Amino acid sequence: MTDSLFLGVGHHGRAGHAPRFRDPTIEHPLARWTLIAVALAFLALVLFLPLIAVFSEALRRGWQVAFEAISDPDALSAVRLTLLVAAIAVPLNCIFGVAAAWAIAKFEFKGKSFLITLIDLPFSVSPVIAGLVYILLFGSGSFLGPVLNSWGLQVLFAVPGVVLATMFVTFPFVARELVPLMQAQGTGDEEAAISLGASGWQTFRYVTLPNIKWGLLYGVLLCNARAMGEFGAVSVVSGRLRGETITMPLHVEILYNEYNFVAAFAVASLLALLALITLVLKALLERVYGRDHATGPGH
Amino acid sequence: MELKVVNVRKEFDRFAALHDVSLDIRSGELIALLGPSGSGKTTLLRLIAGLDFPTEGTILFGDEDSSRKSVQERNVGFVFQHYALFRHMSVADNIGFGLKVRPRATRPPRREIRRRALELLDLVQLSGLENRYPNQLSGGQRQRVALARALAIEPRVLLLDEPFGALDAQVRRDLRRWLREIHDRTGHTTVFVTHDQEEALELADRVVVMSQGLIEQVGTADEVYDRPNSPFVYGFIGDSSTLPVRVENGQVWFENRNIGLDAKGVQDGDATLFFRPQEIVPVDGGGGIVGSVASSRRVEARRRVELSVGDADHRVEIELPVEQQIAAGDRLGFLPRAWRLFPAE
Repeated sequence: MTDSLFLGVGHHGRAGHAPRFRDPTIEHPLARWTLIAVALAFLALVLFLPLIAVFSEALRRGWQVAFEAISDPDALSAVRLTLLVAAIAVPLNCIFGVAAAWAIAKFEFKGKSFLITLIDLPFSVSPVIAGLVYILLFGSGSFLGPVLNSWGLQVLFAVPGVVLATMFVTFPFVARELVPLMQAQGTGDEEAAISLGASGWQTFRYVTLPNIKWGLLYGVLLCNARAMGEFGAVSVVSGRLRGETITMPLHVEILYNEYNFVAAFAVASLLALLALITLVLKALLERVYGRDHATGPGH
Repeated sequence: MELKVVNVRKEFDRFAALHDVSLDIRSGELIALLGPSGSGKTTLLRLIAGLDFPTEGTILFGDEDSSRKSVQERNVGFVFQHYALFRHMSVADNIGFGLKVRPRATRPPRREIRRRALELLDLVQLSGLENRYPNQLSGGQRQRVALARALAIEPRVLLLDEPFGALDAQVRRDLRRWLREIHDRTGHTTVFVTHDQEEALELADRVVVMSQGLIEQVGTADEVYDRPNSPFVYGFIGDSSTLPVRVENGQVWFENRNIGLDAKGVQDGDATLFFRPQEIVPVDGGGGIVGSVASSRRVEARRRVELSVGDADHRVEIELPVEQQIAAGDRLGFLPRAWRLFPAE
């Protein structure tokens, strides 16, 4: 086996050429192919097959049935709510993420490492706990809940609660993406801008923002994907009022629990499609981003 | 614009980067802040710019106290060590940036900004590159763009942080001459930071030698080279050799030998003799400072000889003409032509 692989390398060279040697910094072909095969098998089993299964299960009884499941009023309201929640949570977390990354990367202050840890909290805490925390904060037994209720603002088991829970879970994405980027860029450009007379806002608008725009878009896309797909935290605070506080992931689960498998997978594939669109956008961005860096803008 | 730094002190987290520094800079002068890393030279430059505020002390622009004014209010042109050009803007947009961000009342129209940028690009001899991006320029070209950008805001003073630090030797020499020309043509009061003494001595009207947060000496190239006022300056600027000696009644003694230097008026006691390896006179017949040749090497047009002097094997360096034949172990005598004694520490 090993011998034949060695010979295989030699065969690529044309006859009469000096013997070709393997690049000393590259692993043995056997090792390379084994690693690639393991990775591919793993990807196929864990990622690709389930995705195929989702779509094939959804279309098992034909397009018609799947389409009906998606155009059901409850399903449509779940789609609307999911998009609404993402449309509120993503911009807010975007603003927060930029502000936090700016503070962490460009300034020295006390409690900075505490802030960094705090930003990571949603990554380490289970989303269910996040949901329960909001129950504690805004539930009928809490201090805040009744006060807000008396002002006519229902947080739990209503859209605000769903938005809050989603924001908690998607909190770190933008900031995490930007902090290392902004730290690497340092404060030189900003100092240059203010030395040329730019105000703080002008510096941000003309210098900082263009420098981070690709990282920011990337973070927003990831944040968006997570916001649309969040299940755990939302499921705790939503109260599952059909047509009111059901998001797409919750709707999928409800259908599934009702043994309505085709409809469940139809909605699931719509959700998966949204995620795939995000991934395609991300890949496109990375290509543009790469080109941007290689030759500079304007080419 | 005249600049005055009065009793300025700067601390970073209790660490004092500058202790009680005072400096007068005359209008139109080209001044170098020279020192090793950690000497506080960049800190002083940033304090003048307003990128940092002094812990104590005053910075005057003319008669106006600017110590607490922001960098925007001070209107200074600052050229950063790594240029800090805006990578997403063309060369012309980089140069015009300072005009574009002015408040509406004083902002020139777009076409005027573009015209100014092209004019400055011409001044820094980069005409035709206005539509390039920073990553399409060489290091020397970026440096010129950075300078043009700083000049665009018609600054009251021009401040440069290690302006040639990241460039190779040939480009450095060219840019040095070119910066001097620009300075003479525009007449800006200019302060630049460098750790390269050759650059400082060649380019600046006056050199400020700094060490450990203090100004050691301020003077012209001649003054700091010929009359260094401290052991640090003697050692930092140019080559120097030292020898531990003792002064008694105006006589200089090295290990029980009177080496024959006239030190009238110098206080008695242990001292360190400083001299330049280039500025020595050979002495025949056993007078002066005598040592045996430990090694020799060729340094450009001269031969640098390391002598072992006295019983304690002190090493001093002297320079001799290359024609002189020298072998290891030869005994040579010499006397410094120019020298200074500093009390031993």
